[in-house]
Amino acid sequence: MKHLIIGAGAAGITAAEQLRKLDPAASITVLDGEGEAAPYARMAIPYLLSNQIVEAGTHLRRDPDHYRTLRIDIEKGRAAAVDPVASLVRLVDGRVLPYDRLLIATGSVPSREKVAGIDLPGVHTCWTLADARAIIASLRPGTRVVQMGAGFVGCIIIQGLMSRGADLTVLIRSGRMVSRMMPPKASDMIAQWCAAKGVHVMGKTQTAKIEQDGNSLKVTLTTGEILPADIYLSVVGVKPGIDFLAGSGIAMQDGIVVDARMRTNLPGIYAAGDVAESCDCVTGKSQINAIQPNAVEQARIAALNMAGGAADFVGSLAINVLDTLGLVSCSFGQWQGVEGGAGVELVDEANYRYLSLQFGDDVLIGATSIGWTDHVGVLRGLIQTSTPLGVWKERLLADPTTFMAAYLATSQKAA
Amino acid sequence: MQKSLHIDANKCTGCLQCEMACSYENYGVFITAKSRIKIFDFENEGRKVPYTCTQCAEAWCLMACPVDAIRLDAVTGAKVVNEATCVGCKVCTIACPFGTINYVAATGKVQKCDLCDGDPACATACPTGAITYVDADWTGFDKMRAWAGKTDNATRASA
Amino acid sequence: MAWTRNVLRVDLTNGTCKSEPLNMEWAQQYLGQRGLATKYFVSEVDPKVDPLSPANKMIMTTGPLTGTPVSTGGRYSVVTKGALTGAIACSNSGGYFGAELKFAGWDMIIFEGKSLKPVYLSIVNDQAELKDAAHLWGKSTWHTEETIKKEHQDPLTRVCSIGRAGENGVMYACIINDLHRAAGRSGVGTVMGSKNLKAVAVRGTNGVSTIRDPKAFMAATVAAKKVLADNAVTGQGLPTYGTQVLMNVINEMGALPTRNHRDVQFEEARKISAEAMAEKRPSDGKSHLVTNNACFGCTIACGRISKIDETHFSVVNKPEYWGASGGLEYEAAWALGAANGVGDLEALQYANLLCNEEGFDPISFGATVGAAMELYELGILTKEQIGMEAPFGSAKAVCEMAEMTARGEGFGKELGQGSARLCEKYGRPDLSMTVKKQEFPAYDSRAIQGMGLTYATSNRGACHLRSYTVASEVLGIPFKTDPLVTEGKAGLVKAFQDATSVFDSAGVCVFTTFAWSLADLQPQLDAACEGNWTMEKLAEVGERIYNMERLFNNAAGFTAKDDDLPPRLKTEAAKTGPAKGLVSGIDKMRPEYYQLRGWDEQGVPSKETLGRLGL
Repeated sequence: MKHLIIGAGAAGITAAEQLRKLDPAASITVLDGEGEAAPYARMAIPYLLSNQIVEAGTHLRRDPDHYRTLRIDIEKGRAAAVDPVASLVRLVDGRVLPYDRLLIATGSVPSREKVAGIDLPGVHTCWTLADARAIIASLRPGTRVVQMGAGFVGCIIIQGLMSRGADLTVLIRSGRMVSRMMPPKASDMIAQWCAAKGVHVMGKTQTAKIEQDGNSLKVTLTTGEILPADIYLSVVGVKPGIDFLAGSGIAMQDGIVVDARMRTNLPGIYAAGDVAESCDCVTGKSQINAIQPNAVEQARIAALNMAGGAADFVGSLAINVLDTLGLVSCSFGQWQGVEGGAGVELVDEANYRYLSLQFGDDVLIGATSIGWTDHVGVLRGLIQTSTPLGVWKERLLADPTTFMAAYLATSQKAA
Repeated sequence: MQKSLHIDANKCTGCLQCEMACSYENYGVFITAKSRIKIFDFENEGRKVPYTCTQCAEAWCLMACPVDAIRLDAVTGAKVVNEATCVGCKVCTIACPFGTINYVAATGKVQKCDLCDGDPACATACPTGAITYVDADWTGFDKMRAWAGKTDNATRASA
Repeated sequence: MAWTRNVLRVDLTNGTCKSEPLNMEWAQQYLGQRGLATKYFVSEVDPKVDPLSPANKMIMTTGPLTGTPVSTGGRYSVVTKGALTGAIACSNSGGYFGAELKFAGWDMIIFEGKSLKPVYLSIVNDQAELKDAAHLWGKSTWHTEETIKKEHQDPLTRVCSIGRAGENGVMYACIINDLHRAAGRSGVGTVMGSKNLKAVAVRGTNGVSTIRDPKAFMAATVAAKKVLADNAVTGQGLPTYGTQVLMNVINEMGALPTRNHRDVQFEEARKISAEAMAEKRPSDGKSHLVTNNACFGCTIACGRISKIDETHFSVVNKPEYWGASGGLEYEAAWALGAANGVGDLEALQYANLLCNEEGFDPISFGATVGAAMELYELGILTKEQIGMEAPFGSAKAVCEMAEMTARGEGFGKELGQGSARLCEKYGRPDLSMTVKKQEFPAYDSRAIQGMGLTYATSNRGACHLRSYTVASEVLGIPFKTDPLVTEGKAGLVKAFQDATSVFDSAGVCVFTTFAWSLADLQPQLDAACEGNWTMEKLAEVGERIYNMERLFNNAAGFTAKDDDLPPRLKTEAAKTGPAKGLVSGIDKMRPEYYQLRGWDEQGVPSKETLGRLGL
């Protein structure tokens, strides 16, 4: 049995390891499109930027012989197309790799800003190790950085930029930081936090064009304002890396459409991780929840099925944790709440603490927190298991800080 | 036979000797705020509930770690955080549905119960037998794990 | 060393909080908590000060062992000039507050002056600030604690506060922490209220890391915990029955003061005993007692957590009292019950809950009710004056009096003055069962002679916790003495007083002394604290502390005549039980005690004594 996995991120590597566990004799090949020394975690890049780790610290696995020991072939190369009829993958370099089972785990790629000057030297995005290296190489104390975008990536790299002494301006088109994972009040608090720590935060604006200006850049905003910059960072979100699948016959909407067994519409072809569009266990809708825990769980399920088993993915859950200059925020499930559902929002702006809980009939369906680090995992537990809250719903509405007590009382009666 | 922490909340008096023992074992300081085992106080019921990691088989934290910083201790069965490798991304803290792995701002790392290499300080310190370290089959942890299974039931049922 | 070396000085008049280094020279002479805080207090406060004036100060203090794994190592004390007594006051409490204060990095907080408006002190590690408490004033301790935790968004914030009793000038108001633990006696809550200080909220995440020899310390704490576990009282009696284990024992000894000390045995004692608390009630088939509870670090766990009978007349339609809560402990059960001839357990628990909720001392309150009931039975107080019929034995009267005292309404205002002032006002000071205006606890001085001397010479007014000779005279700890005789009691009381001073200054609970002697405490202290804490040094520190307190009281105007018991105990013999026919031999014991103390006939420490103790 030949297993081919496109993508050497968390999903691809987890699937490969799982396959090896299930089938000692199979041939397992992982196609790694980046050509780095070893498969690495994008999640670790912010900590490389802030100099807390060296490059090796980003590697997905510690043991340098890990893949050799498991007989997982890490093949350097980029997929150009999938031919499902011939059961093979064509690479950009012209090579062809056959497969019996194929897993597409190519993850996300950064969205490209459509503005003049986006290809100038000095303009970067921050997604790969190569991107991080380039940024680190050109950052000095006092370096003027204009960053377009304040989504998850935009926020989590601020610490790294500031710790290297950047003079940082962050432009936010919507006016709200991490607007896709935080309610407005929480977004505002994160923006205030950044401003208090010396970041120039500019809302409701975006880049119109970027021009070379001697050794520097000149960034013109849609508001007409002009910002001088040494580095322009374009971090305006990510999208599934599925362009190479065009014409393959694999069904795609926002991402690759998969069923509960992580199967695509074509036999023998599976998808997992940030490219996979699967059922959200709270909303019941088909959507992409591009986060690490979902990626590895989907990969595990995909591998079980690729190896001949029959395992169902229980559904993904949108969960996020973000560290913005030391301010820790989390969001879970339907943090926006639902029409007609009860909710509670506790705001302590002076201390940068925030907690919002959103309810369905008798269950928690979503939560957002800022400044809470203890036991936040139970918010996931309560949401994902749809634990009936009983009297605790009213208690949580009165005092959401008792969520851990609510969890213990409703879920751990045995304890 | 691997051992597990066995919790009998009915025997807990809320003295917090376990929390002091845990913080002393791991940080050399008596400070309940840093304990990896926590006593939750249900005042109105007169109930104190000790709570820590069950070293669950699903190992949500270990699976979620992007940099392989959480490893299985083959001897004790504990899922152990390697502080040198942990980058502090906190993904494990939201992945664990039990809330038993937590970020410590002071160290920039996460912490969780590691069973003290097979000699848990909390169990030794507990004066009432509310926390004991016993053969895994005796613990009734299956009850708590049943809940873990609920989080993951579809997978377990058919895999 | 186990001290944090930090003192927080809070000037309520000017609204400032300042840190200052702990006087380590004094720490070597007075150890901590009771001793060390009293040293600060007597050095800074005029003994003649009006307790309720801004010039009085109030110190909340931990000991060197507070916040460590020493068993019961979670205590804190409140030192001030008592509102009820006008004497030095030192009220000790458990729960979690004391350890949290230590974890935040403070040995003590010195409050001075008076705030213009209600405030509370918020401490998060080294950050201390006074915050507005207008929204908490007029609220109970339970409401205050819950509100502050919610506002701080931290259920682990530990809070001590006063209730309406402390605000309304009830002279025996407590400071309540962790819902049902109390710095209970002498009116320390009254002093807090007079300063417009509603509460102290503390969160500490620094911890205790300054143990002198951690390895020796851990070994010593383990050994000492084993002594507690192996002891019948601390290992079995107290965890199973709580202090209530005493109710039937003391009653059988004929030492249970009943109906304002008219009698020494209570015919309904069993109905309010530990055994009764554990029995299933006919009304709902549940027992009163839910579980036992420990304070911070305590491996004894004597605390009682009970649920009141929801159908009892006192709490019908009052679900706020139906949850599990603290009580009944022996002293409260006695004072609210036997002292008034009331044998209704649920009524006593209701009154006890009010004491916790609104912050007043159930011993002083219950005993004051006893005095009022006697005045009523004698026709000196009328139904109209009191607002109800108040004969001995009326459970309804106890409940209603607790409510009116908590609210400061009607006759409750007079009850709030304590029995000495009440009986004085109605012309029968002889009916007040007090020493230095503080009400007796639950042991009759005619049947346990040593306790008479204990009460008479206690520096904070009548109190069992300054030298609990019940241990020796009843339980045979550390050796058995005959409770009915006066011989040897002077020496026993002095030894207990000095040793207790050390325990109270260390950060541990006096209940450990059922099993521990100083020799058990010493290795733990010595491993924790720098300064070579030998048995000799500890014994001297204990005696020094007791004499220091005495000097303050003498300067405040107390004399030998204040070291006396009410005439009833000296002239009306016990009517029943083993002590039948006996009165207290206080007049015989006192001179011997003075002599042993090295005090003159007026109870003034001699120059030699002071010189020997470095005072």
